[in-house]
Amino acid sequence: MIRNEPKITPQLVAEHGLKPDEYERFRALIGRDPSFTELGIVSAMWNEHCSYKSSRVHLRTLPTKAAWVIQGPGENAGVIDIGDGLACVFKMESHNHPSFIEPYQGAATGVGGILRDVFTMGARPIACLNALRFGSPDHPKTRQLVAGVVAGIGGYGNSFGVPTVGGSVGFHSRYDGNILVNAMAVGIAETDKIFYAKATGVGRPVVYLGSKTGRDGIHGATMASAEFGENSEEKRPTVQVGDPFAEKLLLEASLEIMRKGCVIAIQDMGAAGLTCSAVEMGAKGDLGITLDIERVPTREEGMTAYEMMLSESQERMLMVLKPEKEKEAEEIFRKWGLDFAVVGETTDTKRFIVRHHGDVMADLPIKELGDEAPEYERPYADPRKLPIIDPASVPCPAPIFEILTKLIGSPDLSSKRWVWQQYDHLILNNTVQRPGGDAAVVRVGNGPKALAITTDVTPRYCEADPFEGGKQAVAEAWRNLTAVGARPLAVTDNLNFGNPERPEIMGQFVYCVRGIGEACKALDFPVVSGNVSLYNETNGRGILPTPTIGGVGLLDDLAKSVNLSFKRDGEAILLIGKSAGWLGQSAYLATILGREEGAPPPVDLALEKRTGDFVRSQIGEGLVSAVHDLSDGGLLVALAEMAMASGMGAKLDAAPVGLPAHGFWFGEDQARYVVTVKAADLPKIETAAARAGVSLTRLGTTGGAELTLQGENPILVSTLQATHEGWLPNYMKQPA
Amino acid sequence: MNAAVLVFPGSNREGDVARAIETVSGKKPKLIWHAETVLPAGTDLVVLPGGFAYGDYLRCGAIAARAPIMDAVRNHADRGGLVLGICNGFQILCESGLLPGVLVRNARLKFMCREVYLRVERSDTPFSRRYNAGDVIKVPVAHGEGNYIADSETLARLEGEGRVLFRYTAPDGTLDPNWNHNGSTNAIAGILSDKLNVFGLMPHPENHVDPVVGPTDGRGFFESIRATLEAA
Repeated sequence: MIRNEPKITPQLVAEHGLKPDEYERFRALIGRDPSFTELGIVSAMWNEHCSYKSSRVHLRTLPTKAAWVIQGPGENAGVIDIGDGLACVFKMESHNHPSFIEPYQGAATGVGGILRDVFTMGARPIACLNALRFGSPDHPKTRQLVAGVVAGIGGYGNSFGVPTVGGSVGFHSRYDGNILVNAMAVGIAETDKIFYAKATGVGRPVVYLGSKTGRDGIHGATMASAEFGENSEEKRPTVQVGDPFAEKLLLEASLEIMRKGCVIAIQDMGAAGLTCSAVEMGAKGDLGITLDIERVPTREEGMTAYEMMLSESQERMLMVLKPEKEKEAEEIFRKWGLDFAVVGETTDTKRFIVRHHGDVMADLPIKELGDEAPEYERPYADPRKLPIIDPASVPCPAPIFEILTKLIGSPDLSSKRWVWQQYDHLILNNTVQRPGGDAAVVRVGNGPKALAITTDVTPRYCEADPFEGGKQAVAEAWRNLTAVGARPLAVTDNLNFGNPERPEIMGQFVYCVRGIGEACKALDFPVVSGNVSLYNETNGRGILPTPTIGGVGLLDDLAKSVNLSFKRDGEAILLIGKSAGWLGQSAYLATILGREEGAPPPVDLALEKRTGDFVRSQIGEGLVSAVHDLSDGGLLVALAEMAMASGMGAKLDAAPVGLPAHGFWFGEDQARYVVTVKAADLPKIETAAARAGVSLTRLGTTGGAELTLQGENPILVSTLQATHEGWLPNYMKQPA
Repeated sequence: MNAAVLVFPGSNREGDVARAIETVSGKKPKLIWHAETVLPAGTDLVVLPGGFAYGDYLRCGAIAARAPIMDAVRNHADRGGLVLGICNGFQILCESGLLPGVLVRNARLKFMCREVYLRVERSDTPFSRRYNAGDVIKVPVAHGEGNYIADSETLARLEGEGRVLFRYTAPDGTLDPNWNHNGSTNAIAGILSDKLNVFGLMPHPENHVDPVVGPTDGRGFFESIRATLEAA
C-alpha cells in the first residue's frame, strides 16, 4: 500500500533498537508486517527512554502521594500545592548522551526540554538548577566537556530569561565516557489553571505550534537508549540544536493562549517529537488521532513522513484547541512570529493514523503503543555489602588543617563559582539565596513565600551500597532544604545508571530505588516527577550509579530564611547530631588517601527527621543565625565553608576524646548540622535540644580572621578562600 | 514618572526594571510592544530593558534597533526626553545610533553574572543626581557581550565631554584591570548622549533595589531619574 519506503529486514529492525522478540510482539499486535514509518514510530515509543520498560515495575513502588500533591509522575512535570491558590510545577531530566557527543547543544537542549515540560503545564518557570558529573580532571576530554556544557546551560537559560540558581558539579573517572547533565526546572502556576496532556472531545483540531520541523535529532531517543562504543561521536547528527529565542516566544505565546482559555490539551514535543506527543495526548484521553503530515511546517523540502514523525527539532508543541478559539489562538501565535498549523484531529477510533498527501503511512492502535509497551522484570544481583571501616585503622598523614586545605581545594569540594558565574542567577529579581549555599531560595511573586530548591546525590555511596546511597541522596536533599529553614515538600528524581541488561547494574537500580522509596516515605517527601537514564556505559564500563534528587521546599516567610555564613563575632558554634567518625567512602579517604573503600555512612531516617525538625524549629524561632548541613568532607569542611562565606574565622575546641581527630573532623556521619547562636541563647537551645532528644555539642566560637585549633597552625580565612576558589579556574585555564 | 518599558521579542528583564521603577516611584511603567509606532502620551522615560532581543542573532541589538517603535524613541530623545538602555538595551541604543560605540564579546569570552563595583563619575546628570561624584556602588552584571569599544576620536570626545558616567573599578574606586571584568575600553560601564538625556549601561542597577534579594546600591539610580522628572 505504501511506496518508496525501505523494506523491513531483521537488520533494519535491529538498527531501530528493537529486539527480535519486541518486533514479534509488535507484529502480533498489529497482525501484519509494519511499514517503515510504523517501525520508526514503534522504535520511538518502545525504546527505554520513552517506555521506561526496564524501570517501570520498580518506579511503581515509590511513594507519590501527600495532601499537597496535585499531580504525581506521569505528566510533563509534577505539581504540588504551595497555598494561596498557587502550585509549584517541577521536574528534572537528563540529557547525558547528547551532551557527551556535542556538549554545548546537548546541554542547551536539555535545559530547553525541561523548561518546556514545566510551561506546558501552564506554569511560568522561575528557576533552573542542574546536576553535572564529569570524568576525571586528568581525562583529556574533561576540560572541553566542562566548558561546553556550562556554556550550553548558560547560553540557553540566560537567553530564555530564567535564573539558574543552583546545582552540583562532580568529577570521577567512571564518567570519563559518559558525562551526566541533569537539568531541573521549577515553575509557578495557579492551582486551577494547570494544563494536562489528556485530549478530550472528538473531531477537535490538533494544532502544531512553535518552530519548524527539520531533520535534526532523528532517533535521539533511540540513541539515548543505547550504550556508547568507540564510534559514539559519529552520532552527532542525532543531537538537536537549541534556539532559546524561539523557546522564549513559545513560552509567552503558550501562556497567553492558556490565559485566554483556548487550550484543551497540550504536550510538548520532546523525545521522539511528534510521535510521542500525539500518541500520549490520544492515549491519555482514550481517543484516536489522525495526522495529515504534509501540513507540518518544515524547515526543508522533501521530508518524509518517517523523518517528520521522528524529528526531535526543538521548541515545538502540540495542542488540542477549543474549535471556537482556534482563530484567537492563531492570532496570538502569529503575533509572536511562530508557526501555527492544524495538522490533524481527534477521533473516536483509538487509532493513530498518519497520512501523507492522502497515503496512509501508519495506522496503529494508540493505547498499545504506550500502555502495552514491553515491560521487563530484568534479573538483578543483590549488591555485595562492604565492610565497615574503623576510623582508628585509618591513617592521618598530615596535620588536620593541611588536610582541610587539600580537601577544600580538591575537584569535588572546591568552589564552583567559575560555573555558576556563567549562569544568570539574578534575573527575575527573586533570588533570595544565590548559588553556593545549601539550597537556593527563590521568592514567589512579591513574597513573603519562597521556595527552597536543591539537587543532591553522592554517587560513591550509591556504588558502595545502593540502598543506603539512595536513602542518603533523599536525606541530603531534605537536609539542605531544612538548613535554609524550608519545609521539604516533594522531590523529582533523575535516575542515571549503566546497562540494565547486566544484573549487577540492575541490582544497583533496584536497590537505589528502594532506598529512595524508604527515605521518601519516612520523610513524607513524595516523588512527583522524574526521569530514568539507563545505558550510561562506554565499552562495557558503567557510570557510578547516580540517582540525582531534586528537592523542593517551602518557606512561609522568606525573612526567616537563614544561610551558612557566620554572622557576628563571639557566637557559639554548635554541632547538632552525633559524630561516630564514619570514614568509609568519605571524601577524606578518597582524596587524602586515594581509597574508595568500605561501607558508606548509614542513614537513620528517624534520627534524620528528628534532627531536621529540630533545626527547622530553631530557625523558625529565630534562635540560630547561621546553619549549614554536613555532607562531603564532614565537619571541618562545613565549618570552613561557613567561614569562607562570611570572611570570618572561628576558634575551634579540640576534638572530643574517644574519637580519632581525623574521624571527628572529616567523618561523614549523616543527620548533622552546624548552627551558630548568640552566647546568651546557648541555654535556651540546649534545653530545646534536650527536650527534642537531639544531640548538641559546642564546637567553638566565631570571630577573627583565621581558624584556630589546638595543636594546629592557625590558618587565615583568606588563604582558605584562595585555595577553595582557585582550583576550577586554574584547571580550566590549562591547555587541554 | 510615566515610564514606558519596551518589549522586544526576546527581552527578558523588562519585569525586573518595571518592578524597580515601581518600587522607587510608586507607579507601574507601561510595557510597550516593539511593533507599536507611538509611545503613550505623557511618557517621560523610555526604558530599553535587558534580554536577548531577537535572540541576539546577527549582532546584539542590531535587529531590535530597526523595530517599528524605535522611530518614536528617537523622536522622544530628540525632544530631550529621557531614554535608558540597560544591558541589551544599551546594545540596542548603540546599534540605533542613539549612543556611539559598540559592545563586543567580553575579553574573557564568557558570559559573566556577578557583582561589580562602579565608580560614579559625576552627579550632575539626570541619572546620577542622588549619588556623589566618586561614590562606588555595587551592582550585578549579567552579559556575554559588554566589552565597550569605540574609535579613538569618539573616546576622546566622550571623555572630554564627561559622558562616561560609570566605570568598573576595584571596591575602593581605583581603576584596576582585574576589576574590569569584560575588558571595556577605559573601564567604561555606561555612557551618556551629548545632551545627557540618553544613557546606556551594561550593569543591572534594577537588580539591586530590593533588600530581600541583595544590596540596594541601585536604588539611587532610579531615585535620581525620579528626582529629575519631578523637578522638570
